[in-house]
Amino acid sequence: MQKDQILLDHGSGGKISHRLTIDVMLPIFDNPILSQLNDGAVFELGGQRLAFSTDSYTVDPIFFPGGNIGDLAVNGTVNDIAMCGAIPGYLSVGLIIEEGFDMAKLEKILTEMGKAARRANVMVVTGDTKVVPRGAVDKVFINTSGIGLIRDGVHVASDGAKIGDQIIVSGTIADHGVTVITQREGFNFKASVKSDTAPLNHMVAKMFDASHEIHVLRDPTRGGVGTALNEIAEKSNVGIKILEDKLPIKKEVAGICELLGFDPLYLANEGKLLAFVDARNCDVVLKAMRSDGYGRESTVIGEVVGDHPGRVIMETRIGGQRIVDMLAGEQLPRIC
Amino acid sequence: MPIKHSDEYRDAEISKHLANRIHATSTQNIRLMEVCGTHTVSIFRSGIRSILPDTIALLSGPGCPVCVTDQGEIDAFIELARQDDVIITTFGDLMRVPGSNSSLQNERAAGQDIRMVYSTFDALQVAKDHPDKQIIFLGVGFETTAPTIAAAIKSAAQDNVDNFSVISAHKLVPPALEALMGLENVEIDGFILPGHVSVIIGLEAYRPFFDRYNIPCVVAGFEPTDILSAIQMLVTQIKDKTPRLDNAYPRAVTNKGNTKAQDLLKEIFEIADACWRGIGIIPASGLQIRDAFAVHDAAKRFDVSVGSSKSLKGCACGEILTGHKTPPECALYKKACTPTDPVGPCMVSTEGTCAAYFRYHAD
Repeated sequence: MQKDQILLDHGSGGKISHRLTIDVMLPIFDNPILSQLNDGAVFELGGQRLAFSTDSYTVDPIFFPGGNIGDLAVNGTVNDIAMCGAIPGYLSVGLIIEEGFDMAKLEKILTEMGKAARRANVMVVTGDTKVVPRGAVDKVFINTSGIGLIRDGVHVASDGAKIGDQIIVSGTIADHGVTVITQREGFNFKASVKSDTAPLNHMVAKMFDASHEIHVLRDPTRGGVGTALNEIAEKSNVGIKILEDKLPIKKEVAGICELLGFDPLYLANEGKLLAFVDARNCDVVLKAMRSDGYGRESTVIGEVVGDHPGRVIMETRIGGQRIVDMLAGEQLPRIC
Repeated sequence: MPIKHSDEYRDAEISKHLANRIHATSTQNIRLMEVCGTHTVSIFRSGIRSILPDTIALLSGPGCPVCVTDQGEIDAFIELARQDDVIITTFGDLMRVPGSNSSLQNERAAGQDIRMVYSTFDALQVAKDHPDKQIIFLGVGFETTAPTIAAAIKSAAQDNVDNFSVISAHKLVPPALEALMGLENVEIDGFILPGHVSVIIGLEAYRPFFDRYNIPCVVAGFEPTDILSAIQMLVTQIKDKTPRLDNAYPRAVTNKGNTKAQDLLKEIFEIADACWRGIGIIPASGLQIRDAFAVHDAAKRFDVSVGSSKSLKGCACGEILTGHKTPPECALYKKACTPTDPVGPCMVSTEGTCAAYFRYHAD
């Protein structure tokens, strides 16, 4: 079989994406900051600890219930920086636009980006625009990069999970992933789900005001909660146990997932975070999260355990157990 | 369409009660086959295996549509995709299935127009939107999927959408059960019969099979308590030596099934022999499009040859689908064959036995 071409799976965030990053990119760019493979890079510059992150947005459709490619691009990078324990300050925006794209739509996207930046209290301070011939990209692609300052005494990293840590999720999972699927051409179900795209930096600030004993922060975007937990278990070399009946999932989201054979654990979130918190500080952090508009439904879904290092185990609703593994590639709708 | 989520069928107390009854009843070692791939996945996802007694072995049967699609059929799909001015429309989980030398996913990356759709009517819409192209739908699936495809063909015929055709690789469940029982060295003590298929064909469709083999059979739904109820009924039947054809999914499955869907199937399709991966030709186990609808039959309209079944070297998908082997007993499993680099279709489809074993580390 042909193997020498890029497939959509290489961008899925699952095992195949990881292989591309680790086997191809890491050896070329080899350095100790990149090799940590966190959502953003953390380094010192002029005596300050900074977080720096970049992300590109190619979502189809570009407008969807709950948001659009513009606010997604701002929130996504804001969140990546916040997940490093940093206060995001400045963003860059790169636009690649398809020839013939509707000006009104572009203005709408930019306006939403402006609103999102104000909501997150960040400034877009530099940018770039390219227009390519029709067909060279699909409508518009957006890249955002951002930089933020890490607070004193804050140390979060995906290898920081410790046995006994409580795992908190800030609300219902898989909302964004399901929304995008139901909006794609050809999906005719009338669904009222909407994307959860939101800036999480203000909630993160409240969490650190409450306690510095937060060991890992992660926004489970592409690849979902299942992939994020696996990465943390592997990097921290700990076991993770989660409880199925504690996972917050909207009924409609669960229903659509069942219909298509999708597992909500692997669908994207754009306004949720996972926090690994020292057990003694769990209540104050949970309270801080619930005091924020984007974290009202925060709840503990599991804990870090000494058994089965590197592995995520779910206790199922009926009292059984199963392993939650990393996905290989994109989830594909099944034949019913 | 309102989508309801059925929590009552996942109730922990009911599940524990059922599990306790199964533990109390099951004394001898038995092998039960869940025919349907959706059952396999549900069993793993809900952790049912971890609460059953060691006496019960669950085998996965030939009920994953992608998995039983023969290698020759997959190659024919790829050959169709390579024709000029063709748009292939397909359900998602066929994309990665490796043919002899390519896959639909690779063909798409190489520039062929291959689109994933959620229903056959979306494929029909693609045909209406692109009158200058030939739109071919890859018709794979069991009695569950086939009626929607029949409806699309009927609609295409009524509206004269002549650029829409289907290649029918549909398969029927009851003949496959017969073929399974006819194989040598079959060790199956009871069947968990598929829920969705039975909604269409009805409980009585299994009666001839049951009468011939007198083996315990229970139709099950897909929630944990549905499956546990079916297992409990099977264990009791086996213990009491009173084989029956039972329905543990009465909220959806009737004796006669959905007769409208059955009539539609008969109108568009006729029963034909079909080649199943791992089993070979099973008489009267497939559906081909009737001559009256030949214009919508891609097998007749395009010059593709559906080659004979060529099994992949070393791949035990066939033996796994028939319950003769479990995935860890295949020499390729987890070594040359993983979800990242699948050799056989049982590792590709999310409902495939090997993929399920791999994902849930069932070895």
